[in-house]
Amino acid sequence: MKIRTLGRHFRESFRNIWRNGWMTFASISTVSVTLLILGVFVLLALNLDNLSKYAEKTVEIRVFLKDGTTDQQIDQLHNRLKTMPEISEVVFIPKEEGLKQLKEGFGEQGYLLEGLEEENPLPDGFLVKTLIPQETAKVAELLSQMEEVDKVRYGKGVVEKLFTITNIVRNVGLILIVGLAFTAMFLIANTIKLTILSRKNEIEIMKLVGSTNSFIRWPFFIEGSLLGLVGAVIPLVLLLFGYDYLLKHMDIPFIMLLPIEPLWGKLTLLLLGIGVFIGIWGSITSIRKFLRV
Amino acid sequence: MIEMHDVWKTYENGTIALQEIDITINKGEFVYVVGPSGAGKSTFIKLMYREVKPTKGEIVVNGYNLGKIKRRQIPYLRRNIGVIFQDYRLLESMTVYENVAFAMEVLEKPVREIKRRVKEVLYLVGLKDRHDHYPDELSGGEQQRVAIARAIVNNPDLIIADEPTGNLDPDTSLEIMKILDQINLQGTTVVMATHDKEIVNRIKKRVIAVEHGRIVRDEMKGVYGYEN
Repeated sequence: MKIRTLGRHFRESFRNIWRNGWMTFASISTVSVTLLILGVFVLLALNLDNLSKYAEKTVEIRVFLKDGTTDQQIDQLHNRLKTMPEISEVVFIPKEEGLKQLKEGFGEQGYLLEGLEEENPLPDGFLVKTLIPQETAKVAELLSQMEEVDKVRYGKGVVEKLFTITNIVRNVGLILIVGLAFTAMFLIANTIKLTILSRKNEIEIMKLVGSTNSFIRWPFFIEGSLLGLVGAVIPLVLLLFGYDYLLKHMDIPFIMLLPIEPLWGKLTLLLLGIGVFIGIWGSITSIRKFLRV
Repeated sequence: MIEMHDVWKTYENGTIALQEIDITINKGEFVYVVGPSGAGKSTFIKLMYREVKPTKGEIVVNGYNLGKIKRRQIPYLRRNIGVIFQDYRLLESMTVYENVAFAMEVLEKPVREIKRRVKEVLYLVGLKDRHDHYPDELSGGEQQRVAIARAIVNNPDLIIADEPTGNLDPDTSLEIMKILDQINLQGTTVVMATHDKEIVNRIKKRVIAVEHGRIVRDEMKGVYGYEN
């Protein structure tokens, strides 16, 4: 294709976009609205996921050592735990530290534990976090079988419930997003199909004067990607302002929204990608059947 | 220019549109195709620019074997054929100038050449002051002249016209015929399907009559031969 022909295709697409004003408006609106809904759900799902992760991170395993374990054995065990691939974090808590934490837990009644320092009944222990929170139970079981370990505690029962809930949240979010993405594709492709159907005659005439298929396709291709692009930029801007407003004005305890920064790149990529891809795909597949003249 | 040997066309529903067609049309000829409605005139003409594919037989147009031609070669075949229709088939959204220029853009001609040539053909068909009008602002005769300008702008070897005067009054029809005749005199082959008894009997040319899918008559300087 010659450069001047490419220029001609661009001029032609802009002219078509302008001339088919209402159709352009309809396509862009459809793309914008569906992508806006999709974007809202993606933001919602990512934030729910973040909250779930946050909740999951609070899950930890307490390992209590047998009385009489030597410092050397403790050191060895500490090193062993550190090198286990399932474990992300290990903190040694000597019995003195354990008592201090226990006292703090008692709050004002902390005085009840006064005097225990001399004859500390608490064992030495480790605080362990697993790399994958869902494996907590498994890792706890593993640790409890170690020679030096007396007892292992990790909030059995509660932890499992938490994971069930976070899993449901994630799966529902994913299903919603996939469903919406498909709906968006269908709606957008359909609208674009309509704009092309209205130009069936035009395509037939082009074929009669000897246009090659690619010559006919190019302006539609450019037009489709432009419609998709504009249709994606509008919801992106709206979402950006809306989310920014929420970040600044919403103040619910315990709920922390994800910061804009890394989130926005992903969302831009997703919406622009879907918009442009569907724009092109919709226009190419719709003209295909007219090209068989 | 056009050669057909034992050409058959059967449509999917089983109707036999054409059978045993054998014909030769030489370069520079002017040919009327006449016959009652539904006789196969349209199919006969559509075979020539590969709008319709033959079921059987051999068709050679301008050196292209249309029975074997590949789909992606069809545009190149059509660039050497100008097609004119009863309903003009102009792009409503384009001006007169743009409609004609379009046929040259397809061939990726330089803008300057397009400008020069489009002006020239619009002058030739008598529309030199209608460049910026849209088709719906023109009379039927004027629209048909735009269609003719579009058909000849790339200097094709063959013009195929399907009832070009079918929607026009007798005077306008005559003007259109004069233009086609002029084009023919420059050496372009013209094949024209028509119902127009007046014209066929007045401007004498070769007449091919089609009935029930067969060629029943082929005369030089023939007459229309049917009562309308």
